Amino acid sequence: MFENLTDRLEGVFKKLRGHGRLTEENIEEAMREVRTALLEADVNLQVVKEFIASVTEKAVGKEVLASLAPGQQVIKVVHEELVALLGSEAEPLRLDGAQPVVIMMAGLQGSGKTTTSAKIARQLKEKGRKPFLVPADVYRPAAIEQLHVLGEQVEVPVFSSSPEQRPVDIARQAVAEAEQNGHDTIIIDTAGRLHVDEQLMGELQEISSAVRLSEVLFVADAMTGQDAVTVADKFNTDLEITGVVLTKMEGDARGGAALSVKKITGKPIKFVGVGESIDALEVFHPDRTASRILGMGDVLSLIEKAEQVVDEKEAKNLAKKIQKNVFTLQDFLEQLQNIKKMGNIEQLMGMVPGINKLKQLQGAPIPTEVEMAKTEAIIQSMTKKERSNYKIINASRRQRIAKGSGTSVQEVNRVLKSYTTMMKMMKKMQGKSVVTKGGKRRKRPKGLRR
Amino acid sequence: MLGWFKKKLSGKKEEAAAEETVETADRVDAGEESAPSSTPGTLVPDEVAPPMKEPAESDEPAEAEEQKKPQRRSMFQRLQKRLGKSRNHFVHRLDNLFRGKKKIDQELLDELEEILITADLGVSTAMDLLDAAKDSVKRQELNDPQALKKVLRDKILSFLQESNQPAELVLPESGPFVIMVVGVNGVGKTTSIGKIAAKFARSGQSVLLIAGDTFRAAAIDQLKIWGERVDVEVVAGPPKSDPSSVVFDGVAKGVAKDYDVVIIDTAGRLHTSVNLMEELKKIKRVIGKNLSTAPHEVMLVVDATTGQNAVSQAKLFNEAVGITGLTLTKLDGTAKGGIVANICHELKIPVRFIGIGEQVDDLRDFDPEEFVDALFSVGEESDSV
Repeated sequence: MFENLTDRLEGVFKKLRGHGRLTEENIEEAMREVRTALLEADVNLQVVKEFIASVTEKAVGKEVLASLAPGQQVIKVVHEELVALLGSEAEPLRLDGAQPVVIMMAGLQGSGKTTTSAKIARQLKEKGRKPFLVPADVYRPAAIEQLHVLGEQVEVPVFSSSPEQRPVDIARQAVAEAEQNGHDTIIIDTAGRLHVDEQLMGELQEISSAVRLSEVLFVADAMTGQDAVTVADKFNTDLEITGVVLTKMEGDARGGAALSVKKITGKPIKFVGVGESIDALEVFHPDRTASRILGMGDVLSLIEKAEQVVDEKEAKNLAKKIQKNVFTLQDFLEQLQNIKKMGNIEQLMGMVPGINKLKQLQGAPIPTEVEMAKTEAIIQSMTKKERSNYKIINASRRQRIAKGSGTSVQEVNRVLKSYTTMMKMMKKMQGKSVVTKGGKRRKRPKGLRR
Repeated sequence: MLGWFKKKLSGKKEEAAAEETVETADRVDAGEESAPSSTPGTLVPDEVAPPMKEPAESDEPAEAEEQKKPQRRSMFQRLQKRLGKSRNHFVHRLDNLFRGKKKIDQELLDELEEILITADLGVSTAMDLLDAAKDSVKRQELNDPQALKKVLRDKILSFLQESNQPAELVLPESGPFVIMVVGVNGVGKTTSIGKIAAKFARSGQSVLLIAGDTFRAAAIDQLKIWGERVDVEVVAGPPKSDPSSVVFDGVAKGVAKDYDVVIIDTAGRLHTSVNLMEELKKIKRVIGKNLSTAPHEVMLVVDATTGQNAVSQAKLFNEAVGITGLTLTKLDGTAKGGIVANICHELKIPVRFIGIGEQVDDLRDFDPEEFVDALFSVGEESDSV
């Protein structure tokens, strides 16, 4: 739904071609676009204003670099400034000091405190710590039950509290029990509350004075709007939060709330939640979030994801195959499966810059999960022989494959077509390298031929 | 208590009713345009209904009006009280803005834009509103800021009333009225279902809840506890089982035992997750297997503190399962809710309920006029002093 900021800025700067320097006037219009982009990403208006002012100051007078279009240059300044604001480095949890350390989760209803508690417990456990989950949400029906179920999933013990207890008593007892049982990290999951609810806010203060808290994590929904500032500010002044967890980042929210919260509290964003499964908790990357807020795609995350699933040896093997032109349908299948390992294809596509624009075009060839699954089924319905030599796949074989995969002959054709196109492209790539080695001159482009 | 549902129970002439509503809306617009300079009624919380609404209400049957009045006041007061909680909210700022001003200038418009954006109305909707305001200024219909405020009020109201769904739904000839509740994670689906169930139960309907959220830990227990609280029956399967099969069994039971209302809970899912949206489509198809007309209502629950992403949510859920109504939750915390206007404007889906507190009866029928009036009346008391 959002236009790409880069494109819009390019439009603004078209008029400016030939200007050697960014001046206050020609930057003003660009800044209006930046402002709109930030506001559409739900960055708080006050934060936007301050941000724009500081960026304008930095950008004015800068020489337009030869290698960059003015629009790109402004983006660069804006991006750098965003990264600086979001915090340049990821900050880990504070776990030193007298053990056990206590982490308290706080936030609005439905921001994801309980799930995040379990996710953090799982990460800590993997790092060799002995976490202890403490459900202190005595209000929402079955909230305690929820943490017990999650605790079981991540194999972390959970304090058995009951809805009749007061949260502060739960906290005290849990600390005592943790000390006895040798747990070194206590994670207290509190009930969701509105920042305007003085009584419930007081309850959290009570907990924080009853037990020594090492971390107070404010859990915020990445989709929060302009109000993120008010909420974060109140939680921060009442509770002295030590860090922020931004949840539901796997959606298409641009996450402007991250900037608002960071700016208003000055506290680091320590984690981001990127999915419902228990391992979907990542370290916060300011640069990526900055790109996302600007609507610019997230190539870095994409690369990282690719690196996680493709191991080097395999990649080299594949490169060899491509060079020898023996990239079979079997290899094609394996590549598909690798992509699938990286996660949801739509999510991956979302990280590619400019894809949002492509999505707006109807019928644009954007792969979907369903299509991927079909392709996989089709190749899996082929015999080994067919997979290594696609040329033998005649009409009757196609029919059999279609039946076997529950698709149609047309769909089988489509898969074969995309495979052969890929082969052709690979050949071309090779061809080029051969040509350059031989020192042959390339043919002139059509328009220049006489 | 159950505005849209009750109406539906009393009269089954859906189409006629819908037409009437359209007409009414037109008349309201016309009435307001003809008297643009009249100041909106000065409202103290004790007043029953704002005078502004009277032309609209006079078109309705007197009986219905009678019925609604007492409830209106309580909701109105409560909403005002709730909205008034936050000091820095929308209308307060609007009032501050207008109070010091004697004429409309660019500075005022700029500030206005900021206020609108801060209320999560979104850049484009805010621009639409401002354009309307500017137009009026150009045509010299306006010269004092109070009138500008009225223009804004009317415009936001017209956004809220834009809807291509019938304002009143018709109860099926036979079998239960089936509501399927959808939304992203953590917006308050299960809680809203508990509260909606309580409403129906209290008005004497038999209610069946179906725990279609088999994914989130303890979601089934949560719904069961709500079932006990409001004393309605809950159909549930084991955790991690296929939600469609639970829903199939549930609807079958609802039909067999002839419940009046069947409410289906679904697991929260982000609208961008294609697989989970497919699952939702399947659930909807399965509902229709036992009752071809069902679901009669597909309700999207939206968190009022959500920003511009709410529009994306509504769009994608609408594409997948065809949303027919909205419930806006957690409105008491934000005092903004500008996103409602945005969604209504962009998708033409009516808001059915708003959640303005944690008590069971804090889930209220949504009345656009009342909502706008509550928004715009806070602080007028001090104005008149």
